[in-house]
Amino acid sequence: MADSPRGGAGGADAAAQGARAQNHPDPVTTAVTEAHRREWALVLAATARVTGDLDLAEECVQDAYAKALTTWSDSGIPTRPAAWLTTTARNRALDLLRRDAALRRRLPLLIEEPPDPEPDIPDDRLRLIFTCCHPALALEAQVALTLRLICGLTTSEVARAFLLSEPTMAARITRAKKKIAAAGIPYRVPDSEDLPVRVEAVLTVVDLVFTTGHTAPAGDDLVRTDLVDRARDLARMLRTLLPGDAGVAGLLAFILLTDARRKARLDAHGRLVLLADQDRTLWDRAAIAEGRRLVREALRRRPPTRYALMAAIAAVHADAERWEHTDWLEIIGLYDILLRHWPSPVAALNRAVAVGFGRTPEEGLRALDALAFEPRLAGYAYLAAARADILRRLGRVADARAAYEEALLFTDNEVERGFLTAELGKLQRFEGKR
Amino acid sequence: MSKYLILIFENEAAYATADQAVFGEVTAAHRAFLDDNKDVLLGGEALQPTTTATSIRDGVVTDGAFAETKEALGGYYLIEAPDLDAALAVAKHVPARFGGVEVRPIKEFEG
Repeated sequence: MADSPRGGAGGADAAAQGARAQNHPDPVTTAVTEAHRREWALVLAATARVTGDLDLAEECVQDAYAKALTTWSDSGIPTRPAAWLTTTARNRALDLLRRDAALRRRLPLLIEEPPDPEPDIPDDRLRLIFTCCHPALALEAQVALTLRLICGLTTSEVARAFLLSEPTMAARITRAKKKIAAAGIPYRVPDSEDLPVRVEAVLTVVDLVFTTGHTAPAGDDLVRTDLVDRARDLARMLRTLLPGDAGVAGLLAFILLTDARRKARLDAHGRLVLLADQDRTLWDRAAIAEGRRLVREALRRRPPTRYALMAAIAAVHADAERWEHTDWLEIIGLYDILLRHWPSPVAALNRAVAVGFGRTPEEGLRALDALAFEPRLAGYAYLAAARADILRRLGRVADARAAYEEALLFTDNEVERGFLTAELGKLQRFEGKR
Repeated sequence: MSKYLILIFENEAAYATADQAVFGEVTAAHRAFLDDNKDVLLGGEALQPTTTATSIRDGVVTDGAFAETKEALGGYYLIEAPDLDAALAVAKHVPARFGGVEVRPIKEFEG
């Protein structure tokens, strides 16, 4: 379906871009931008059901948004923008299909059953999500498709998010769409038997979007707020669509509780502030309260889900009014449960850091050194940075300096580099005084 | 309905050293699979090991498999399924104790 016979939809892409980039938005532009952000997935999912083809659906939805800009200016903003956009996109699709019998024949069949006259709209969005996050697609393709098709980002925006060139990202998205069509990845909510595994795959994608935004792997900004906001929106959408799922509740809680610290993570000069030194009055109390409620709900499920445990750890930090009040033993206990069910070197590293604060730095250092030969942590800057911090606290200045230098070697985020360089400078001044 | 080829890749060395009991179990497992999936199966065969393979590239005939890999193609099933999920559900039950399977959609040509 990437070989759509009527070419790409670059023009409508530009229209959506333009709507967003305008400096003094009028009410119509604001309404279209808002509808783009909130209703894109819904409109696309409902349209894909009519077209049976993602590319054609995308094109018709982009046309509908472009048309909204002019029509809404002339005849006012409709009371239900999503319904207007869906109807417009579907009519356009039906029109194209009627006119072009050849196109109709060439369309790969995405949907087996005939379109439902009264479609269950939330279900449609779920179909789209499960198609984008199908485990038969590479994880990076799942992420790209999710941002493109569910969040409605343009290809160039998705490319920027992952620091790739636009042609590379366009090729990745095209390849993934081709596989959906050629391999017959269904546009359907999985059977209850497969559902838990498939929901887990969706959560992994949303988590990856969040993590990439929370601390950008490279570049001048510590946080990519666009990605963090998209991840939170996605988690909220999933929460609406799968209200009983403890993994979804856990992930949304994890995102809310972790991102609640956003304002405190940088000082007035844009420098990194560690959790220990953050001004906790800057933490977002509303997000923390919502996150806490969700954690409590998610933890009621036994055994707890991975994200419920990660959120619970974030909640323990949120509960401490001051760094000194942090309940490290609780955190270590939660990491123990997490590692028992989902062993991961990164979780083991975080547990070692907690041991360094909750028990003794020496014990923390031993736990970190036990991870030195873990191949999946080779080149992982946070291992070296965690060692550097403990060595500094133990007064082992020369070892700490070597560890900071190692961490710098593997860090591409400029804000983090600035922090590590400053720590190195402090150590050198300390050495100089001796 | 689409067609999918399920390719069975297994470690040949493991079969070379396996005893009769193992062969008996593998054969029984494939029989059971055939019985359970009669309705969707279009075909399937087991192959002789790659030591019996002959390759031709640019007209030149050489001994051996096209690509030397630890896990070699040892057999296949051709099935019919409405979509990839249905095909994967069948493929999960294909016996492959010394390896795994790969699912490939069959390309359809128009007209």
